Amino acid sequence: MGYSNKGFFGEKSRGLVRRSPSSMVLFLLVMLSAVLAIGSLLFLVGYILIKGLPNIRPELFQWEYTTMNVSLMPALVNTIIMMLISLLIAAPVGIFSAIYLVEYAKKGNRLVNAIRITAETLSGIPSIVYGLFGLLFFVTALGWGMSILAGGFTLAVMILPLIMRTSEEALKAVPDSYREGSYGLGAGKLRTVFRIVLPSAMPGILAGIILAVGRIVGESAALIYTAGTVAEIPKGSDFLFDSARTLSVHMYALASEGLYVDQSYATAVVLLLVVISINRLSGYLAKKLAKA
Amino acid sequence: MKQAILRQDRKTCGSCTDFSEDFGRTVMTGNKKAKKTDKKSIMGNKETIMKAIFFTAACTSILAVALICMFLFVNGIPAIAEIGVSDFLMGTSWKPNNTPPSFGILPMILGSICVTAGAVLVGVPVGVLTAVFMVGYCPQKLYCILKPAMDLLAGIPSIVYGFFGLMVIVPFIRDVFGGAGNSILAASILLGIMILPTVTSVCESAIRAVPRAYYEGALALGASHERSIFSVVLPAAKSGIMAAIVLGTGRAIGETMAVIMVAGNQARMPSGLLKGVRTLTANIIIEMGYAAELHREALIATGVVLFAFILAINLLLSLVKRRAA
Repeated sequence: MGYSNKGFFGEKSRGLVRRSPSSMVLFLLVMLSAVLAIGSLLFLVGYILIKGLPNIRPELFQWEYTTMNVSLMPALVNTIIMMLISLLIAAPVGIFSAIYLVEYAKKGNRLVNAIRITAETLSGIPSIVYGLFGLLFFVTALGWGMSILAGGFTLAVMILPLIMRTSEEALKAVPDSYREGSYGLGAGKLRTVFRIVLPSAMPGILAGIILAVGRIVGESAALIYTAGTVAEIPKGSDFLFDSARTLSVHMYALASEGLYVDQSYATAVVLLLVVISINRLSGYLAKKLAKA
Repeated sequence: MKQAILRQDRKTCGSCTDFSEDFGRTVMTGNKKAKKTDKKSIMGNKETIMKAIFFTAACTSILAVALICMFLFVNGIPAIAEIGVSDFLMGTSWKPNNTPPSFGILPMILGSICVTAGAVLVGVPVGVLTAVFMVGYCPQKLYCILKPAMDLLAGIPSIVYGFFGLMVIVPFIRDVFGGAGNSILAASILLGIMILPTVTSVCESAIRAVPRAYYEGALALGASHERSIFSVVLPAAKSGIMAAIVLGTGRAIGETMAVIMVAGNQARMPSGLLKGVRTLTANIIIEMGYAAELHREALIATGVVLFAFILAINLLLSLVKRRAA
């Protein structure tokens, strides 16, 4: 894949001379917008990094959260637990449904259309609606209370369409000759799927899963009323039913209280760094898929 | 294809005298053959079972949408009925703690619309022009940096955007334009920045999908680089750009955490660019923590209204996409 801009309209930009006035105006508008867009986004990242990096202190990574020391460690651990729970649910379901759609489903089937439409609908639903649904269904109707489990399930529903779509694309990218070769050697459908198709599609599927991790880490609106805001690492045998805040929710709590501005900056930096590294990892895997 | 036929055979023949399984197998002694067939039929079962599992997994998304609709509507519609449809949707005052309480969400509906419109006004022109820059002007070396950076920016958590808005945009507006700073303007600018990466990348792929011959044809007729892009290529990419706008709108109207931190959240009719508003999303997240009974149900009904907006936008998006195809 790479990022190539060559050979499209990307001819060398001719200097500022020999442009008619209207072209000149358009040219300037384009440049202005590009500078504005890229500048504002760079400014955002730079501002957070500059303000936040000096505030990252070892105290912020202590195990206990107190009002004196708003440590982000419990939230970080909770984020990882939350991530594991929702991936454990959403990844198999998402990958399996992609397998069904690509390998088994007949084209033009009504049910398949329904699956596609609902998946698209799911991906357009804002996180606050997921939060409401989680509150009504997992927290209240199933009686789980505000808990890591309820939050994890809510997030699992939320990232399902993302995993489905990326896995589907990865499976579709596997050449049919692989499948035909496998059948030709006498392998059954199932064996072909698990031994031939899935391994070749793995980098793409992983890239999708990592994108999903990014969404889990960044999510806050869906979690406030499903996983709650308790800033402790849940302990004990039924820890799944304890309330716990993730990093994003932690940051919301800090920022909206307004007492811990420095710590908010530091938390924002940690969030940014996590998201950036997740993003790079996903990009790397996608590139690897394109090469294979 | 072949597999499908084989499987069908298997179904019609039953597992014991399975024609397709025996097909092509060398002659064996009876005992051995029986054993082998057994094993094969287990394998056949495994295929069927796994297919059923895949199928069930695929149906999860249907189930999820059905559950979401059901729980929202079952919990929200009775409240709307109790308050009265017009009092709820058209009522201009939201005072859940008064006696008698009033639950009119028109201020929030208008708030959401104002903020979203503002975000589209800020984000879409800049986003589309940036996409033009990416395709038509950006040198290769810069592109290698900008493209992944744009992807990255689409993934920054909304709470980080919100915090940035609170610390930078709100004080800026307070200093320059006066007022409290928490305003429609602040929310519009922030949301405009948030939807920029989405709008840019969707637009960019729409522009790239236009055949190069269109551009070259325009050049050959003597049009300048700019004129070719703006009068020939962009109109050809119109439906893709529309899709980008709709997608951005959907993202803006559903955004919660970022808006909450900069919009002021006063539940009153929007009265000016520099005045605060509360959006539908903010209404839910602010009051859900302590709401009870009818108040709580009214908040869920607010979610139903938001959901209806999103469904309408999704419908619009699929219509636009279908026209593009």
